Amino acid sequence: MPLPADTDVSTPKYLRDKYAIVGIGETSYTRGSGKTTRALGTWALRNAIADAGLKPSDIDGMLSYSGNDSTPSTFMAGDIGARLNFYMDCMGGGSSTEALIGIAVGVMEGGLCNCVAIFRAMNGFSQVRIGGTGARSAAPVNGDMLHNRAYGWQSAGQSFAPTFMRHMYEYGTKPEQVAMVKVVHSEHASNNPKAYYKKRFTVDEVVSSRIICKPLHLLDCCVETDNGTAIIVTSAERAKDLRHKSPLIRGIVGRCSKPRLDMHYQHGPISRVAGYYAKDILWPNAGVGPEDIDAVGAYDAFTFTSMLQLEDYGFCKKGEGGEYVSSGITRLGGKRPQNTSGGHLCEAYTHGMNMVIENVRQLRHDVDDYCPIGPDGKRQHTFDYREGGCRQVKNIEVTANLGWANPATGSAMVMRRGF
Amino acid sequence: MAVKGDYMGMALSIDDLDGENLGYFKHCAEHNFHLQKCDDCSLLRYPPTTACPFCASGNSTWTPVEGKGAVYSYLEVHHAIQPAFKAKTPYMVLLVDLDTQRGQPSPDDALRVVANLTLPNGEFAPPDVVKSVGIGTRVRMVFSDVGDGLALPQWTIDETATQPAAPWRYAQE
Repeated sequence: MPLPADTDVSTPKYLRDKYAIVGIGETSYTRGSGKTTRALGTWALRNAIADAGLKPSDIDGMLSYSGNDSTPSTFMAGDIGARLNFYMDCMGGGSSTEALIGIAVGVMEGGLCNCVAIFRAMNGFSQVRIGGTGARSAAPVNGDMLHNRAYGWQSAGQSFAPTFMRHMYEYGTKPEQVAMVKVVHSEHASNNPKAYYKKRFTVDEVVSSRIICKPLHLLDCCVETDNGTAIIVTSAERAKDLRHKSPLIRGIVGRCSKPRLDMHYQHGPISRVAGYYAKDILWPNAGVGPEDIDAVGAYDAFTFTSMLQLEDYGFCKKGEGGEYVSSGITRLGGKRPQNTSGGHLCEAYTHGMNMVIENVRQLRHDVDDYCPIGPDGKRQHTFDYREGGCRQVKNIEVTANLGWANPATGSAMVMRRGF
Repeated sequence: MAVKGDYMGMALSIDDLDGENLGYFKHCAEHNFHLQKCDDCSLLRYPPTTACPFCASGNSTWTPVEGKGAVYSYLEVHHAIQPAFKAKTPYMVLLVDLDTQRGQPSPDDALRVVANLTLPNGEFAPPDVVKSVGIGTRVRMVFSDVGDGLALPQWTIDETATQPAAPWRYAQE
């Protein structure tokens, strides 16, 4: 869909299309990387720098995020031989990707540096298990945590479940509808050679997989993997000289929240998520609306997280998420495919990075699927979305990423195809 | 003075400096439920906070609150993460709207207090009791003693209340 002409909005729009994502990189998505997070981060950064057509010395800003399960920028900078003019390592998981891209744009706009590399390195399966099992599971409980962890209310799935359950209660959302998120994302993963799980699942397989924490079945939950991922952001001006026709950043909202972040369930309705507030920043800043978006990366730590965000960002009416994700719209070949790499449910768990990386590839019109590579070194996309085939969205111009930290906090970004 | 306890294989503690949680759990240890009431706007709040989330006042008074309400949402854990909880599955975590201050300060707000579903003696509810509870179930607060001077609030079915004919439960049993 062509990008509509700029609309008159009250929010400053002067940063629209002024910055670009010029490089993306990842390690393989594995369980048992056999590498430190330092090595994973370093290799992801090297891949992203090479992808951009930059030299390591071109990187003068670095950002990362973690939950004390990574290696900080100081080591990565040494490993790639970059002298930095700005770096920062933030606490956080999901919703950090878009938020840190926003920080990168801000510090470059402020003149602090010129080219920012963002990385997330994690052994989410073999070291610090993302599901909270292993060493962290019986950790001491102090102070404010007495109100949650002491009750066996600790993992991400357990923490978010009251929102998911209440949504089913209020809107009659059915497990079979929500399961379609997994079904569709697994179809997309089957056309992604680097996806950790490439198998296509059925609704029946999802709803008959064992219950982890009602309303979540095993297959409603994302995969846990080991991986490093990296994204390089610089000005659109600088991007013109680089390797790719780089996607331009249209608008960002970072870690936008509901009230009462100390205990967000105090403020209802709890079936509402942060996108309810974030949409009012994202769409005016980007100058587009949900109807203009060709493909979405909707954070799928769980099937439900994808669906709830689609509602509150306005891709469908509140309460109609179950219908929307079951309608075929979200499939490759549908009106607005989502999580075309397989996302967190199937490709890998990267705390949001792989869904931005995928949309960058989509906007370059060069996703790494099973299509044959032509003489120009680019894949000759067939747009045949059957298993083991293509996953390139045809004529894609505008994408949205909807990042999730928890029901009360989210980030988002709109990108457009580069000139 | 710091408080320590041991519960479900986990070391529980409250630091000397943590006046808000020391204040909250001091009453719990006596099997009384108190919340901070803002001295300026008069609203109660949960969980304990340094300042009033509604008016930012730093002044509050611990005030007795009736431990009664209805289940607003819940989760039912079948695959426990913390080791000692594995023997208790399926267990419920209930998000309960207190009757006190329900719908204030805005219509969808409530004092939503989290605890497990237990029997009146504070022991985890067995599977048949778990299956009888859902959104709408009326519950009352009891306490589990978990250390010298430390007790956790818990929810148990309110035997004296009029219960909904069929509380809402997740579709798959």
